[in-house]
Amino acid sequence: MIVHSIFFYTFSVIAIVSAIMVIVSKNTVHSVFFLILDFISISCLFIMIGAEFLGMIMLIVYVGAVAILFLFVVMMLNVAQQKNQWFSTTKSSSHIPVGLIISLIIFFELIIVIGGWKYKPDLIISLSSLDISKEITNTHAIGNILYTDYIHLFQLSGMILLVAMIGAIILTFRQRKGLKRQSYFKQISRERKDGVQLVDVESNKGVKIDV
Amino acid sequence: MFEIGLGHYLTLGAIIFTIGLVGIFLNRKNLIVILMSIELILLAVNINLVSFSIFSNDLTGQIFALFILTVAAAEASIGLAIIVVYYRNSGTIGVEEIDNLKG
Repeated sequence: MIVHSIFFYTFSVIAIVSAIMVIVSKNTVHSVFFLILDFISISCLFIMIGAEFLGMIMLIVYVGAVAILFLFVVMMLNVAQQKNQWFSTTKSSSHIPVGLIISLIIFFELIIVIGGWKYKPDLIISLSSLDISKEITNTHAIGNILYTDYIHLFQLSGMILLVAMIGAIILTFRQRKGLKRQSYFKQISRERKDGVQLVDVESNKGVKIDV
Repeated sequence: MFEIGLGHYLTLGAIIFTIGLVGIFLNRKNLIVILMSIELILLAVNINLVSFSIFSNDLTGQIFALFILTVAAAEASIGLAIIVVYYRNSGTIGVEEIDNLKG
């Protein structure tokens, strides 16, 4: 139990410090790196409390896809050297104290809710229809109910990914001027009479082709 | 203190949520950091769902965390595409310079 708590505090301190570094670091590339560290430590926490599948999926999706996407965009837009100007900007910095106060109020509200809260005594028994059994693995259990009870939501999330993919392509697609492209439609719809011409040639006259 | 319960995980989620919120409120840099703060907030929500799922012995929370993961990936890709288009049109993504709405 003491080892468990040592691991918990280590990973959560790393997660909190790197989350702070994400929002205060001067370089955007460093922010992305700290975001990756944050995701990795949170997924270690997930694996530690027994949600192995979700932890591994978080490693794959967040670290492998989303963070690399962020890195690509930072690289493309050349904003890495743009300096962070915390509290030193000249115009419209009057909202900073208000923002800090509101954030602190939200944090203390959350802490109060967590501190003075407990389960209804018979709630655990009533909601244990999909309980976590010890015989099968976490991945097996998730698969058992993801593809049966939640199949419609699962397919809907696939549709969300499809729409996001199409939207991202359409948003960033740009037709450049002066770029030679292959036109499949013109290629396929070209017929014989457009390209080939039969000419009767008289002898000693030759033929003149008007192009 | 040494017995790690549900409250510890919920407190961690609350701290990360608040850090993400501070990142949105106090950002002076560029829009990409705001998107990263939104990712932090979604991560805090995932922590809450997974810890409730584990401690109340019910797998539904993990399923919902999976769907939140999907939506977060879609949101990040669309948001970054919008940022790329905005940068192409106006040449900057600094928060100070984006004031077309005069808010």
